Amino acid sequence: MRRAELTTAILLAAFSIYLMWKSAELPIGWLPGEGPGGGAFPFWLAAIMLASCVWIVINWFRRSSPPSQSNQPFMDRDAVQRFALVGGGVTAMIALIHVLGVFGALPLFLIYYIRFLGRHSWTTTLAIALSAPVVVFFFFDVALRVIMPKGYLEPLFLPLYDIFL
Amino acid sequence: MEILQHLFDGFLIAFQPLNLGLVVLGVVVGLFIGAMPGLGSVNGVAILVPMTFLVPPTSAIIFLAAIYYGAMYGGAISSIMLGIPGASTAVATTFDGRPLALKGLADKALLAAAVASFFGGTLSVILFTGFAPPLASVALSFGDPEIFALMLLAFATFVGLSGDDIPKTIFSIAIGLVLSTVGFDFITGEPRLLLFNLDGFLNQINFLVLAIGIYGIGEMLWTIEVSRGNSTMSKAVITVNRMLGNVKELLGTWKIAVSSSFLGYFVGILPAAGATPGALMAYGVAKMTSKNADNFGKGEVAGVVAPEAANNAASTGSMLPMLTLGIPGSPTTAILLGAMVIWGITPGPTLFVDEPELVWGLTASLYVANLFALLANVFMIPLFLWVLRMPFTILAPVIFALSVIGGYAATQRLFDVWLMLVFGVVGYLMRKLDYPLAPAVLAIVLGPIAEPKLRQSLMISDGDFSIFVTRPISGTITVIAIILILMPLFKLIRDRMRGGSDRAA
Repeated sequence: MRRAELTTAILLAAFSIYLMWKSAELPIGWLPGEGPGGGAFPFWLAAIMLASCVWIVINWFRRSSPPSQSNQPFMDRDAVQRFALVGGGVTAMIALIHVLGVFGALPLFLIYYIRFLGRHSWTTTLAIALSAPVVVFFFFDVALRVIMPKGYLEPLFLPLYDIFL
Repeated sequence: MEILQHLFDGFLIAFQPLNLGLVVLGVVVGLFIGAMPGLGSVNGVAILVPMTFLVPPTSAIIFLAAIYYGAMYGGAISSIMLGIPGASTAVATTFDGRPLALKGLADKALLAAAVASFFGGTLSVILFTGFAPPLASVALSFGDPEIFALMLLAFATFVGLSGDDIPKTIFSIAIGLVLSTVGFDFITGEPRLLLFNLDGFLNQINFLVLAIGIYGIGEMLWTIEVSRGNSTMSKAVITVNRMLGNVKELLGTWKIAVSSSFLGYFVGILPAAGATPGALMAYGVAKMTSKNADNFGKGEVAGVVAPEAANNAASTGSMLPMLTLGIPGSPTTAILLGAMVIWGITPGPTLFVDEPELVWGLTASLYVANLFALLANVFMIPLFLWVLRMPFTILAPVIFALSVIGGYAATQRLFDVWLMLVFGVVGYLMRKLDYPLAPAVLAIVLGPIAEPKLRQSLMISDGDFSIFVTRPISGTITVIAIILILMPLFKLIRDRMRGGSDRAA
């Protein structure tokens, strides 16, 4: 936990410096007749972020914040494993949306999670995994006219568009 | 009397079939969301905003507010039956609700929670109806400096009152505001903060991307880690005779219900405070003033009444600054405010003039939502107990899927879905290190309003920051904000002095 606290603060400080540098691409000073430049607001806020990070590091040295006193691991093995399985699954789902679209990626993710992580029966798994895309299609594509990405499966939907849209 | 006339018009809107249906649906969905451990009103509202584009704004906000209310009622159900707060706002309800359930008196605790929630909710809506119009008409005269000062005050309450780590709170506020400036400079139209030169950042970051990332994906990751063990559910025996006895006992706690409602309402108005601390404070006060103080924590009905009345009152309280000043009183109302902007409604005091239908329809619907939540709570308890048995390994993937799809629907860019995942994961890791995340969500909603107010104020004054102090109203607000920001410093000095004198003695 102690190491994580310091690492995070340093990473966030680096990000703050990056934001300050990036804000400075627009004028950060006073433009006569126009008011503060477009970069001023984010620049000074990023400076405040940086100052907060320095403060967090000082607290780390003084051991005055709870995470900087804790000897517990930031994440134990079990937590890392869960995080990897679940986070990995969500990441894979979003990546698959580019290829198979929502209606391919969504059931695969639900099957992965409910059947393989949750160890539920195939009946439960398939009932949810197959009904979810149908609900999503009618709610978003048909009712809201928010067209979900279809990836390479787009041609399969053309007949459905003809009927419902 | 004018208020009553408006309220009557509001009821006509609230009783339109569509709106009435949405109140009922919202309350049921909210009860469910509140009852599920790991999901609270803010999660439900964040994930469901993209689905509300189906109906007109007034109906949409009525639906979302009904979810907010339902979730406040629902949080108590799992606090009592599982001993796990269904939402952070129901933490204090576990203190006495759980012991009652373990004694076999779950029905008494559930009824107390439902009735107290109704009482707190209704009393606070009455207060809201009385307070909101005069406050809004005062706020109508506010100029840019005043509005900016109010926002400063909202952020200051996080620093001074939230009790979180101070540099981490300030960091959270600042990063939320910086993220809100990504996209383009609204005055010159030039691209601004094109992070890592990714074209996706040519657009503003929609607040929903951050809100769903944190409250959908991040929250699920968090809950998966925290809720490793299995929970055991208590049994509830419900019969008419027992109910009559319970009602009698409840009538004896009305004083606590009144004081808790007032306390919750006023705490709820503060952006950093809200329902969770409101409920905890009400519990504390009830314990202090009760004759049976020793029985608190062992299964005292008043210990359920106090936090439940307070958390419902607080949720109404947080609507007051949102509707009258355009400053959300809680993360949930921050999301409601952001949603209003998407719908093309300008939040703030002009709302009462420009959108009376929305304001009064919403107000009236709060009365209806409370009544319906009470009925649903009393008559549908067996259904919710059944729902609570739903395994988390089914709920979690459904929430992940809803987050991804809702995140896409909000902006219709896959780039934003990736960004949402990044926010969710980073938010989860930062939360583990005690970084508060609510200030960042509030900041990304308020940022696009705060920056123009600041820049316009400075243009009026030609760069002189004293404009925020010299005008009477903004001056007062700014001074209060500065005192709040410095409050932790005062405390530190006081503690030092005390520590010093102790050592000297």
